[in-house]
Amino acid sequence: MSIYDPEAEQADRGELSQIQLERLQATLHRVYKNVKFYKKRFDALGFLPEDCQSLEDLSRLPFTTRHDLAASYPYEMFAVPLREVVRIHSSTGSPGNPIVMGYTCRDLRHWAKLAARVITAAGVDRDDVVQVTLSYGLLTSAFGLHYGVELLGASVIPTGPGSTARQVQIMRDYRTTVLVSTPGYALVIADMLDEMGVDAKNLHLKVGMFAGEPWTEDMRREIEARLFLTAADNYALSEAMGPGVAGECQHRAGMHINEDHFFPEIINPRTGELLPAGELGELVLTTISREATPLVRFRTGDLTRLDYAPCPCGRTLARMSRIAGRCDEVVVVKGIAIFPERVGQIIKGFSGDEPVYQLVITREGPVDKLAIKVEVRESLFFDKMTLQRELVHKLTQRLTQGIGVQPQVKLVEPNSITREQETSPLVIDLRQ
Amino acid sequence: MLTLKSVQAGYGRLPVLKGISLHVRAGEVVTLIGGNGAGKSTTLRAISGLLPIWRGSVEFNGLNLARLTPEKVVAQGLALVPEGRRVFATLSVNANLELGAFHRHDKKQVRRDLEEVKERFPILRDRAHQAAGTLSGGEQQILAIGRALMARPKLLMLDEPSMGLAPRMVAQVYAILRKLKADGTTILLVEQNARAALKLADRGYVIETGRIILQGPAAELQEDPEMQRAYLGKGYREVWE
Repeated sequence: MSIYDPEAEQADRGELSQIQLERLQATLHRVYKNVKFYKKRFDALGFLPEDCQSLEDLSRLPFTTRHDLAASYPYEMFAVPLREVVRIHSSTGSPGNPIVMGYTCRDLRHWAKLAARVITAAGVDRDDVVQVTLSYGLLTSAFGLHYGVELLGASVIPTGPGSTARQVQIMRDYRTTVLVSTPGYALVIADMLDEMGVDAKNLHLKVGMFAGEPWTEDMRREIEARLFLTAADNYALSEAMGPGVAGECQHRAGMHINEDHFFPEIINPRTGELLPAGELGELVLTTISREATPLVRFRTGDLTRLDYAPCPCGRTLARMSRIAGRCDEVVVVKGIAIFPERVGQIIKGFSGDEPVYQLVITREGPVDKLAIKVEVRESLFFDKMTLQRELVHKLTQRLTQGIGVQPQVKLVEPNSITREQETSPLVIDLRQ
Repeated sequence: MLTLKSVQAGYGRLPVLKGISLHVRAGEVVTLIGGNGAGKSTTLRAISGLLPIWRGSVEFNGLNLARLTPEKVVAQGLALVPEGRRVFATLSVNANLELGAFHRHDKKQVRRDLEEVKERFPILRDRAHQAAGTLSGGEQQILAIGRALMARPKLLMLDEPSMGLAPRMVAQVYAILRKLKADGTTILLVEQNARAALKLADRGYVIETGRIILQGPAAELQEDPEMQRAYLGKGYREVWE
């Protein structure tokens, strides 16, 4: 299996830490100079960027959270003037405002390069035909992998999501060798193959790259068995960049983090304390090459562990284990992160009073379903059935726009939602 | 080959370098770019042992240079071509070149190297017996580079070799640097002339008020607006603010 950027991916750990230190220091100088949020944070601590003399000094700085990013809507986190930004993405899944990410020319170039590393590690090469069924739009996933594939020199078919029958037709007729999708959609495609009577063995699929929602080893086995391909895991984080943060190699012993661009730490999510390598905790990332929207100690909310031991593939980059879950209230449905609080804000904006509600997530076959139960109030009640239906329809529309996923809205009787003894009172996740 | 980690240094009590980290690998041409007073020359002085380091470390092939005298640093294989040439004006070109090998005892090899340098830079052969002070600015720069090469350096450091030279001479000096690069010489090049330096270099660092604010492959930096902003100065920044 080849390595896209051997110099970086097989760097001596000592050299790597020198590069990390150089990039970290430059990043801290720039955010201190250009981003008011960070200047205030650093000043409050009496911390000057030059106080960062080693990589360990980073742990003196406070965390950046999704709330911080949402509060900086739209451009407060930008470390370069807007005229230097050539791309803007945003995620809907934040409490309050969307999170806005900017990219300079250089950011986009790095992004493509890092995605190419991850794609190569998954086993893709320039002779492949890659079908990207992720959504092209404000979200980052499709674009990141798309440009990575092009940089690698493989062919990309940007189908985007949906029209599964046509996806299958393209897959068969265009001789797709690599499928890029969410794990759930891969199984939808497998179902469609059955329905259309297409035998997966007669397709040309070789590799599948899956990301965007939580999946398990069982799902991996099912996808591999039904689509006759090798399924690779990769880690994408839109706040940090998108896909290209980390990806699995053929040894499947964790995802190699592109540490020369993202500095990882693992913390205890409750206390914020640093945990030693190998322990399970929340992943915290500092972007050390991002120009437009750099992040210092960003709490990803994802639970994982790091392994710094050399990998048999020859890469020296640390590996992060499959995401074991999330440690905040965020739930990922159909690849989109949703803050339950945000749902409440939308309902409140609609009805005018404080709602009692609950998110119930299930998996029907391979597809995530989100139901939102809302207790009926006067503001949400009409005698006429037609008016009542219209109201639910409007609320559904409003929620779809706000969170990026179409929920099934169920009005329930007052006091029927109990929230006692739930670890995450707002959310019931029945997918596992 | 050369690794600086969070180097702080200054003059008297005035800090100039506020934690500089950079590295140069063998065979690489690395440039350090910055405006006046950014700390470029100070960085070279700190590496050369001409200025004590307050904090941080300078390592050359695994050896800590921080406590070595300038002579010992030269003996390790680092040669500095200082800003403004600083050739000995009253001495002949030949004598200037020989001085570059002051710490060497292999007399025969020194003579051979002297011939080689003159071979490489024919202008120095033509003027071998002329007083260095009578040379043009560009020729003096070439002499200063030749003198540094006489030390058989593993790493050649140049402080603004294009400063004060006519464009034609700048081109000539850079042609020489290109040749050195092609021969595999490891070079740390300090410059205000970012365009020329980035064209030659493999990688670059941008220094601003004693801090590195940007680094990366030279080709990327060439197009980087942040880099350009560091040059275009205040007027450009106002547009942003």
